[in-house]
Amino acid sequence: MLGVGAYRTRNLPTRSELLPLPIGEMTWTLTDHRGRSVRPADWAGRPVMVFFGFTWCPDVCPTTLSDISLWLEELGADADRMIVALISVDPERDTPDVLANYVSNFDQRILGLTGSADEVAQAAADFRATYRRVAKDAGDYTMDHTAGVFLFHPDGRFVSIIDFHEDRRFAVPKIRRTLS
Amino acid sequence: MKHFLLAAALILSAPAVMACETVTIGDLTIEHAWSKATIGAGRPGVFYVEITNAGSVDDALIGIATPAAGMPMLHETVVQDGIASMPHAMSIPVPAGQNVQLSPGGYHGMLMGLTTALKEGDSFPVTLSFEKAGEVTVNVDVLSLRAEGPDCADAGQ
Ligand SMILES: [Cu+2]
Repeated sequence: MLGVGAYRTRNLPTRSELLPLPIGEMTWTLTDHRGRSVRPADWAGRPVMVFFGFTWCPDVCPTTLSDISLWLEELGADADRMIVALISVDPERDTPDVLANYVSNFDQRILGLTGSADEVAQAAADFRATYRRVAKDAGDYTMDHTAGVFLFHPDGRFVSIIDFHEDRRFAVPKIRRTLS
Repeated sequence: MKHFLLAAALILSAPAVMACETVTIGDLTIEHAWSKATIGAGRPGVFYVEITNAGSVDDALIGIATPAAGMPMLHETVVQDGIASMPHAMSIPVPAGQNVQLSPGGYHGMLMGLTTALKEGDSFPVTLSFEKAGEVTVNVDVLSLRAEGPDCADAGQ
């Protein structure tokens, strides 16, 4: 059931010091929660907010998506052109249908993205994100993963990360900086 | 919108609003027990609560039990070098004179092996075991997957 080699760990120690690539230099292909293929070029000219997570995650992921939903509501129509995406680090369980059900609980502008194990690994590499499967009892598993929210300017430049434990009051001003 | 959703959640469970109930055992006060709706029973649920130790002796939460889940555990969400993980917490300190929260992004009860999906508006009991104070059962309100906490008039959140 859990294919050996179906996930990647990134164990380069300097990895966390590297910045995400500009969107235009990324090479991933993913599938959104409506089953449509998505590539970085589709996001050209749009501000971007990306979070890595998975739908079996009970604490960090719904908390972050609740926060993102509140930020989007506060930004209102100003954020309508923004691409907001959850990229699953658990593509084995997070099919497009599963993601569709999950994201329907949050702001409707949030896209769920998934793909094959290799496709997700490529996306994580482009964003310099990290994830790792952690085995639990009875063949169950959970995922450790990069918890920050990545922000990109409409020209594709990486702007900043909203850290999970950073004061949430600073998030909306940070996002606004990407909208102009 | 947040408040609308919370209000809606509370109306559904209006006869109880158990998250706003306060239960005491010895010097400990337990309140704001809540959980989030799950998609199906296959995914783990979560349990949050607030514990205040008004006494002069340190205590610790050492376990939880509930008919709602086959394998409830205490976890702590830890973010290190930007990476989130959820190690098992053997015990959660409840020091004398302090208030401890199991809350999103920190300590939480992890409810694995749910017997049924948790639906918004439902409630279920959780028994907390303390090292010194012993056992006490609280009723847990299931809020929406989007909820950030119960909306109690006296909310100390
Ligand atoms: Cu957990």
